[in-house]
Amino acid sequence: MQQLFNFFIRNKTFVLFLLLLSCALSLTIRSHEYHRSKFIHSSNQITGSIYGAFHGITQYFNLKKENKLLLEENSQLKILVFNRGNLPKTDSLLESTYNLLSSQVYKNSFAVPNNYLTLNKGQNDLIKEEDGVITSKGIVGIIDKTSKNYSRVLSILNTNSRVNVKLKKTNHFGILSWDGKSPEITQLKDVQDLVKIAVGDTVVTSGYSSTFPANIPVGSIKSYRLNDTEDLYIIDIKLFNDMTNLEHVYIVKNTDINELKALNISDE
Amino acid sequence: MNNLVFINISRFVGLVLLQVIVCNNINFLGYINPNIYVLFVLLYPVANNRLLFIFLSFLLGLSVDMFLDSGGTHAAASVTIAYIRPLFLKFSFGAIYEYHAVKFSKTDLTQRLIYFLILIFIHHFILFSLVVFDQNELLLIFKHTFYSSMFTLLLCLLLSSLFSNKEK
Repeated sequence: MQQLFNFFIRNKTFVLFLLLLSCALSLTIRSHEYHRSKFIHSSNQITGSIYGAFHGITQYFNLKKENKLLLEENSQLKILVFNRGNLPKTDSLLESTYNLLSSQVYKNSFAVPNNYLTLNKGQNDLIKEEDGVITSKGIVGIIDKTSKNYSRVLSILNTNSRVNVKLKKTNHFGILSWDGKSPEITQLKDVQDLVKIAVGDTVVTSGYSSTFPANIPVGSIKSYRLNDTEDLYIIDIKLFNDMTNLEHVYIVKNTDINELKALNISDE
Repeated sequence: MNNLVFINISRFVGLVLLQVIVCNNINFLGYINPNIYVLFVLLYPVANNRLLFIFLSFLLGLSVDMFLDSGGTHAAASVTIAYIRPLFLKFSFGAIYEYHAVKFSKTDLTQRLIYFLILIFIHHFILFSLVVFDQNELLLIFKHTFYSSMFTLLLCLLLSSLFSNKEK
């Protein structure tokens, strides 16, 4: 026992180093698994408020671009209002199961394989995990961690991200994921090889999950190829969203989520 | 002594803020970001309490991780270079290090360049291996390591010479 203690005291630097390194490695491994990074994340009070303080300065840089985006969105909404009479009433966005809440992006990244965003809305605004995040152009990601005033978004530019989407033309669905390379291109997998697809086809959310309503635009097909077993397509999707430059986003809250969850549980 | 503690605390906070607010939004050519915070580990006084130094380096990496949502990757990389630093101090500065008399502001540029280069390269290699976390992507890891290291090295040399008070 005495010798053991002596050994530790003699090599205390090395022991401390090993301890801290294994600590860091375990945090790293946790962070590579979806929903596991519990302790170290940017949606806590300290990091959130610091990001907030500096965001007050940097938000002025994008004002022109943001103005233009808002104008575009406004005109689209105006068109919708003017043509309201012609719209079919079954549009899922108009049923009041989904609520929208605007929010600002405090932090965004796209240079590493696992990217997250930090938003300035949290539990105080009734934001929950699994809520979807979109912009006027397309989808951004899914809320994955919340604190009182801030929340963290698992970006679609994250190798752990999986979103259920479909081809607008034929309604065939697949899973949107990211290979970690270009921030403009994501991959759509699990589409059968008998489906007819063409470059330029639009991809939208399927609405099968409770996170996103149906028919939110995602991107357009850039190129496609068959996978190794030659029965499923791997499709490169060019995103409508510029993920490298996000400022204002909307959080989509599904008010029926408890009912849906209860249904799913009774199914199992 | 108190002055030294104060300098190091302000350097710690300043570098973390500089890293997360400015450096990680550069995204040069889409993905190249300098990791300027390693300067704290590089310039920490040579005559030190090693336990405290290793712990501070871990804390430094962890605070950057917290801001960047990167798990424990930065912490692992900085605690490693803090542990192996004496080896490369000896390698780069030779005899002066033996007397614990290394003053970074007074060493000549070549020695400092070599010392910075080696440690920054090791740091970035560990960092990107953990960030990419896929042994099939070695090329990607080396590419990221190389470009980001060069960027970091350049900024570290600039910053360290900008803030060194040479009294000759």
